[in-house]
Parts: sequence; structure tokens; C-alpha cells
Amino acid sequence: MYDVIIIGSGPAGLTASIYTTRANLKTLVIGGVKWGGQLMLTTLVENFPGFPEGIQGPDLMENMRKQAEHHGAELLLEDFTKGDFSKQPFTLFAGDKQFQAKTVIITSGADAKWLNVPGEKERIGRGVSSCATCDAMFFRNKNVFIVGGGDSAMEEALVLANVAASVTIIHRRDAFRASEIMQQRAKEHPKINFLFNSEITEIKGEGRVQSALVKNIETGEVKEMPVDGIFVAIGHIPNTKVFEGIELDEQGYIKVRDHYHTNVPGVFTAGDVHDRSYRQAVTAAGFGCAAALETERWLAMQGKEAEFTAN
Amino acid sequence: MADFVVTDQNFEAEVLKSETPVLVDFWAEWCQPCKIVSPIVEELAKEYAGKIKVGKMDVDENPQTAGNYGVMSIPTLMVFKNGQPVKTTIGAQGKDALKRMVDEALAG
Repeated sequence: MYDVIIIGSGPAGLTASIYTTRANLKTLVIGGVKWGGQLMLTTLVENFPGFPEGIQGPDLMENMRKQAEHHGAELLLEDFTKGDFSKQPFTLFAGDKQFQAKTVIITSGADAKWLNVPGEKERIGRGVSSCATCDAMFFRNKNVFIVGGGDSAMEEALVLANVAASVTIIHRRDAFRASEIMQQRAKEHPKINFLFNSEITEIKGEGRVQSALVKNIETGEVKEMPVDGIFVAIGHIPNTKVFEGIELDEQGYIKVRDHYHTNVPGVFTAGDVHDRSYRQAVTAAGFGCAAALETERWLAMQGKEAEFTAN
Repeated sequence: MADFVVTDQNFEAEVLKSETPVLVDFWAEWCQPCKIVSPIVEELAKEYAGKIKVGKMDVDENPQTAGNYGVMSIPTLMVFKNGQPVKTTIGAQGKDALKRMVDEALAG
């Protein structure tokens, strides 16, 4: 029996585990096959305090993992499959194993959103990608599109511009929502071009990406443009499909009440799985800390109630 | 350890002309998700010893083979049987999924 099981091993989950283990709570982190969360797919993180020169995303996560394990957190590299949150203790399944816990903190984060246009799904890994840092080298001297207008779209464009022949950022609106500094870096790069008010409506090619239909939203005109790679950076969807009995909002984020509590007493949440506003490594870590402290308080209160009943 | 290192030079002899099926792990030093898959692949090499050979191919040093088989994202795992790729998975996967892939390739 664990005092706490944390589902997810991004900044929220690992930070929570550092706090729960230091509070002497027996803690299991169900970290997933792909542990570490979204930062594992990034390069230089320049806005996490404490690293004046920045730090590589995977290195930051490796450090958090070491810190969590140093304090006694157990990390399981299996995917969470299902949980019974209807009675206490909660029963959780991961891989072919089963665990019981007094409390659960859900920090399962969010995954990249795809375009959902014809021709996309069957070409993921064959020219369609959501991770420039992973796949950029396959596009040496090739022409690529980036879809999106946020910081991650700018970052992907800059990574690809180092190797690709040309990079075109396609965005539905007439302005980016990326931070000024990232926009400026992209705009100053000679290899990066921009296509505003436009969207991809179909992806085509023999076994891989060879062209895309690009629609001008203002005029309605559709053009077929040759391209070798399409990188999708249009945001994320929260990973909440597997949590039966946990209340979600209309967009699938976990509904939070009263400081990181879910609708089930004893089940808490932190990070991108509930946070639609900030989605930063440092806010996720902060939420993870707060959820851990709430969990600790809740367990202490349960203990007192049990004592009271026994007397 | 995986059985052997696959290169553009030995690919034909060691993979295409191999009597036993071969699982090839396309990877690169800079690829984070590859580091998740590597230890699982090494476990599979042990568990399937005698049934399947397991080779690792660095796509940076061997761009030709990766290009020939349309590898555009790593990790990519391919099972070759009688000189043909019979199974492919792209992206990091858990051990269960990879075992299923190998079992299906061996059975098929």
C-alpha cells in the first residue's frame, strides 16, 4: 500500500514526489513508458529559474528524476492503464501490475495535438512530426512546413532552419501569439518564411509527405504546395481519457476545486492536465508542490478523524 | 547488449541475407525517445536469443539504409525476415507492444 501514487513524471509529478517523499509518505510515480513529459522533446529551456545559461529540457528532467529518487520515490516506467477511484484505497493498474494507494495525484500532462486532416495520420513518422528536435536531421536540405503560431512553433522553426533548405510557418491567424523574443528570432532568420491566414487541409504523397493542400482562409483559395516535412505545433490536449470517475471540463481538462482537489476526495491533480492557462515547466512544478502539500494535509486530517473515531 | 551493430556496409550480409529474422533499432545519439527504447530492445535481445537477431543502427553514421527504408523519425524499429521488412513501429513504445510486434513478425 502506498501513501501516494503519482500518475505522470513531468515537472508536476516529479516535484510532487520530491515533496511527498520528504514528508515521509511512501510514494510511487507511475512515470509511463515515455517518462519525463513534454520537456523530453525540447532543447534549451531558458525560462526555468536557477539556470542562468538555460538548461537542456531532458537534462532538467534527468535532474528532477535523480532528486526524486534520491529522496526515495519509486519510479515505474510503465503506462497507467486504468484506476478504480470509486472506493478507498484506490486501485491502479500499470502494465501488468496492480497497486493500491491512499491518495493519488494525477499529473499526466498533455500530448501534442494533430491537425486531423486527411492524409495526416498515416504519414506520422513519414514526414509528419510533432517533434523537430527528434526528427530535424531527416530533413537536411529539404523543405518543411511548421503549423502553429506559439512559442513551440517558433522553436521548432528555429531548430529546423539549422538543417532544412527552407522553413515556412503556416498560421491560421494574421499574427502570432508567440512571445516577442521568439517571434523576433524566427523573423530574423533568413531561411524562415511566413504564411498567415492559411491552413493545411490535406496531406498527400506516395508513402511519405510530398505535398500539402494549403487554403487561404480569407480568399478561400486552395493551392497544392510541394513539401517534404510537416511539423505540427498547434498546442496540446490533456491526457485524461483513462480516468474513469474523475470530473473533466468541456475541453477534457481535469476540473479542479478548492486547491488541486478533484471531485473524488483523496485524488489530487497538478500540471498541464488541469492547467489551461500557463502550461510552463515552472508552473507545473509549482502546482506539483502545492498538490503534494494538499495531499499531505488531507492524509493528516484523515489520520486525525480515524483517531477520533477510535476513541 | 544488443547482438551487433548494423552499418550501411554490413546491412546486406547481416540483415537481408540473415537466416534468422532481424530486429533493427534505428537510433541516434541525440534522440531522447531512443534512450527509452534501447534498454527494452536489449532485454528483447536476451529473451528472444536464438529466435531473432537484434541490431542497432546509428542513422547519423548510416544515412543510406535509413533513407532506403523511408526512416524519417526515430526510434524506428523494423523486423526483417527473408530480406524484407515485415513489421515497423515508429516512436517510443512499451515492452508489451514491442514483444507483440516481434511475436507477430515471427508468427507471420
